[in-house]
Amino acid sequence: MSEILFNFLNPAIVKAYWPALLEGLWVTAMLAFAVVCSGLAAGLALTCLRSLRILPVNFVIVALVDILRALPPLVVIIVVYFGLPFAGIRMSGFAASWLVLAAILAAFSEELFWAGVQAVPRGQWEAARASGLSFGQTMACVILPQALRMTVPPLTSRVIATIKNTALASTVAVPELLARASSALSESGNTTPLTMAAVGYLLILYPLVYYSRRLERRYAWKNK
Amino acid sequence: MQAALPGTDGPILELEGIRKSFGDHEILKGVDLAVERRELVFIIGPSGSGKSTLLRCCNRLEEPTQGAVRVCGKDILARSVDINHVRTRIGMVFQSFNLYPHMTALQNVTLALRKVAGKSAGEAGRIGMQMLERVGLENRAGHYPSQLSGGQQQRVAIARTLALGPEIVLFDEPTSALDPELVGGILAIMRELRESGMTMVVVSHEMRFAREAADRVVFMADGVILEQGSSRQIFESPRHARTREFLATLEH
Repeated sequence: MSEILFNFLNPAIVKAYWPALLEGLWVTAMLAFAVVCSGLAAGLALTCLRSLRILPVNFVIVALVDILRALPPLVVIIVVYFGLPFAGIRMSGFAASWLVLAAILAAFSEELFWAGVQAVPRGQWEAARASGLSFGQTMACVILPQALRMTVPPLTSRVIATIKNTALASTVAVPELLARASSALSESGNTTPLTMAAVGYLLILYPLVYYSRRLERRYAWKNK
Repeated sequence: MQAALPGTDGPILELEGIRKSFGDHEILKGVDLAVERRELVFIIGPSGSGKSTLLRCCNRLEEPTQGAVRVCGKDILARSVDINHVRTRIGMVFQSFNLYPHMTALQNVTLALRKVAGKSAGEAGRIGMQMLERVGLENRAGHYPSQLSGGQQQRVAIARTLALGPEIVLFDEPTSALDPELVGGILAIMRELRESGMTMVVVSHEMRFAREAADRVVFMADGVILEQGSSRQIFESPRHARTREFLATLEH
């Protein structure tokens, strides 16, 4: 028992490394925030574009989304960070991770938003359009509010998975939470920093899970 | 209020040579119909005859493959036409109500008032309450559609349509999804609407209502109008064999 405590919950190690890990937590939180906001915004924009049902445009969207969903994020991050400089495009590890993770989240969320839009009955479009609402107004006031509510649970899972994937940024020298924990681990020869990192992720993700549950409950207008 | 469309004399709605195909399947095979102001035109016919499709061509929910649709003399199929504006002048009531489930009854009624007619929230709310009052649901303004009966939902849908002050209202089987005991309430509102002088085109199987309220009954089969006339003429001395056949199947 005491060995477990010594290796995973060592107070001396916690004391020595918490400032470094806190910095890492901050970087992770910023990266996660940037990725989730821009990824979801791009996914939603793609869904709206797809709803216009312009055949060639939709073909491109579907192809792009399928490829991005199939690619392993780690590989893409490494290619963008180490490969693109050969093409004259140089970006920081943070920017590369942000770009790649956001693009992949956009692809996944586009699929989820699109499924939500399609699940809204045709009659909703017809009623809205027949009363003179434009495509955009119909989308914004009638279709998306219904589609998004259906999308919240699967989207939450996807967002959580994406935030965990920010740890991949450690491979391109971003000093985020896992990177800080790993270097603390090799420096101290003690695994306590990993426990601390786990607690850090919990601090970011638990409020998200909790809030999405509340959102689901509040949006349960169908069962009122 | 917005200005009426130009050309206020002559038929308010005119369909000319309307054809509509879905793929290889031709649903409408050249339909002509003119609706005068304050007229109640009732379209009857067997299912699959194209009644609903014809109705949906009137506000371009379906684009006719061929033909012309004129509202107050203005061709609404023209590219230059602001169809969203035209649609505020042509109301439509659906079989499945199609209320917005995430909005209260009042919000359902006021959405287009705010977004299309450009009313302020206060003004829209005032008109909305008036309309709900008109259909006898002012005490349900804050209810969500799921908290209303089918008949109440359809009444809200009618209020939503009337709120924009349309010149003509299209009814697409407004009572078909309702329990029999709820049909009367909807028909009463339609009767009241007719007495107020509203132009109406109704696709419905409520033959008793057609008999008593329709100015003109149109019988459709296989994508064409086979005959039309006063309700008396169609119901008491139909000329066409298909009409007689259809009416006979209803009198079981």
